[in-house]
Amino acid sequence: MNKYVERVYNGIIKENPTFVLMLGMCPTLAVTTSAMNGIGMGLTTAAVLVMSNMLISMLRKVIPDKVRMPAFIVVVASFVTIVQFLLQAYIPSLNESLGIYIPLIVVNCIILGRAEAYASKNPVVLSILDGLGMGLGFTAGLTLIDAFRELLGSGSVFGLQVMPDSYEPLTIFILAPGAFFVLAMLTAIQNKLKLKSATNKEGPGEGEERLACGGNCAQCSGMICETNHDRLKAAADAAREGTGQTISRTGTAASGRSRRDADGRKEE
Amino acid sequence: MDLFHVSASPHTRDTVTTGRIMADVAIALIPASAFGVYYFGLNALVVLCVSMLTCVLTEYLYERLMKKAHTPYECSALVTGLLLGMNLPAGVPLWIPVIGGVFAILVVKQLYGGLGHNFMNPALAARCFLLICFAGRMTDFEVTGLAASGASSDTANLILNGAAGIDGISGATPLAVLKAGGSPELFDMFFGYTGGTIGETSALMLLIGAAYLLIRRVISIRIPLTYILTVVIFALCFGGRGFDGAYLLGQVLGGGLLLGAFFMATDYVTSPITPAGQIVFGALLGIFTGIFRIFGGSAEGVSYAIIFCNLLVPLIEKATMPAAFGVRRRRKG
Repeated sequence: MNKYVERVYNGIIKENPTFVLMLGMCPTLAVTTSAMNGIGMGLTTAAVLVMSNMLISMLRKVIPDKVRMPAFIVVVASFVTIVQFLLQAYIPSLNESLGIYIPLIVVNCIILGRAEAYASKNPVVLSILDGLGMGLGFTAGLTLIDAFRELLGSGSVFGLQVMPDSYEPLTIFILAPGAFFVLAMLTAIQNKLKLKSATNKEGPGEGEERLACGGNCAQCSGMICETNHDRLKAAADAAREGTGQTISRTGTAASGRSRRDADGRKEE
Repeated sequence: MDLFHVSASPHTRDTVTTGRIMADVAIALIPASAFGVYYFGLNALVVLCVSMLTCVLTEYLYERLMKKAHTPYECSALVTGLLLGMNLPAGVPLWIPVIGGVFAILVVKQLYGGLGHNFMNPALAARCFLLICFAGRMTDFEVTGLAASGASSDTANLILNGAAGIDGISGATPLAVLKAGGSPELFDMFFGYTGGTIGETSALMLLIGAAYLLIRRVISIRIPLTYILTVVIFALCFGGRGFDGAYLLGQVLGGGLLLGAFFMATDYVTSPITPAGQIVFGALLGIFTGIFRIFGGSAEGVSYAIIFCNLLVPLIEKATMPAAFGVRRRRKG
């Protein structure tokens, strides 16, 4: 897969921000009461994400390392302001139903996370595609959660009545607890289906490197995986070139493996 | 010859098993549920049976699908089902106990790892789930035994709409009367001739069951006693009626307080194991129940109080863990 398509695929499927990275939970749980809200929130975030990734990637050599967080926030906040003015002007209904959650995009973990983990280290085009993939992945996640909540909680999807009239809606699903139920169930299902995602690899497969974290997903926030992945890939490249085998297994790898060993012994 | 048998502690074992304890709880619940069936009519029996059947079946299916050991003889699902059924009004349509049973066993109990790992009482969590989903049906206590069992009804109608759809004599629950400022009939409340869920109305029958559990030493008196006392003290201080015996007794006998205090707050899995912790737990339960009943929107607050305090149990245990013999407790500077 070429590296441009890979970025988009990575954001939507492999490291879906909602179901795999578990980032941006605040808007995910709060605004997902109807499918329209989900799409609106997702696309708004995606737009901000693409633009902020682009600008941060352009400025990555200009921003001093020590003040990068405030700098990122200033960039993100200006885009959020622009987007909110646009929404107020052209889609006031969506603006009203999302309310405070639009200004709160400024502190959305996905946006800051991608800026920190990807855009500040990678070239512009790749960063834009990364933002696009993550944004679409977030939109897909929100819309899915929304659709299920709306279906169970009010018997409709996108405002259209789907369930028969005799169906009595399980009101709890459009209240706050329902968001947690649906998110958990969907995450469980996609973990089951997507065994080979970044955080869910079992052993070393054919021609694949072993995960440095030892597959201990309970302790992992998602970011560790990526860094470890990068580190392993670099180590593998170095080993292939025959320059240095000493750096091939880093400290994380060793500790990860010993943790797995300890777990194995406990089970015996 | 196994002369030198080496094993890890504990070395003395009791004959009491999970199954025995759960069976005792089920036996203790029989008087109250039998009274519920007598008073609310046969549809109460149907609701109880559907609820128990759903719980047991859900547990069986889950264990089968997940390739776990089957645990039907632990009777825990049966007790959960019975408690859930006793927490429903007699007039609910039959799909309500089915949804509740599946939620209790599947989501609250099995997804967290089964018996011993659930962090809140499954029956009460399911009741609150149903209460939020179907507020109207769950607080519709309009049916009484005489009215409902006498009416001939076709089965389909009963399943879809519940007995409440047929005929009913309206009767406010004693707590609603108390909240509105009236005084309910204390004798009726003691014997159970009032509106309410299937298992909560008869204080007498619940006390008989509780006495059985206490005599069998399945539960200790700490949680129920502190719970009920705290509710009384709270009602005395904040109820706005001063020392009004009828009001205070009404608070104790009315609603699900006795059922909750003796049978659900004492659930081993979701209550503290330390004696001091049990007293703290009981007091917290009483305070929250009082707050919900007196300052809250609805008349009853026992189930929310119990599941809320279930969440606090790990903290309570941490704070009240006694020092082991010979260990000096470290003082925090």
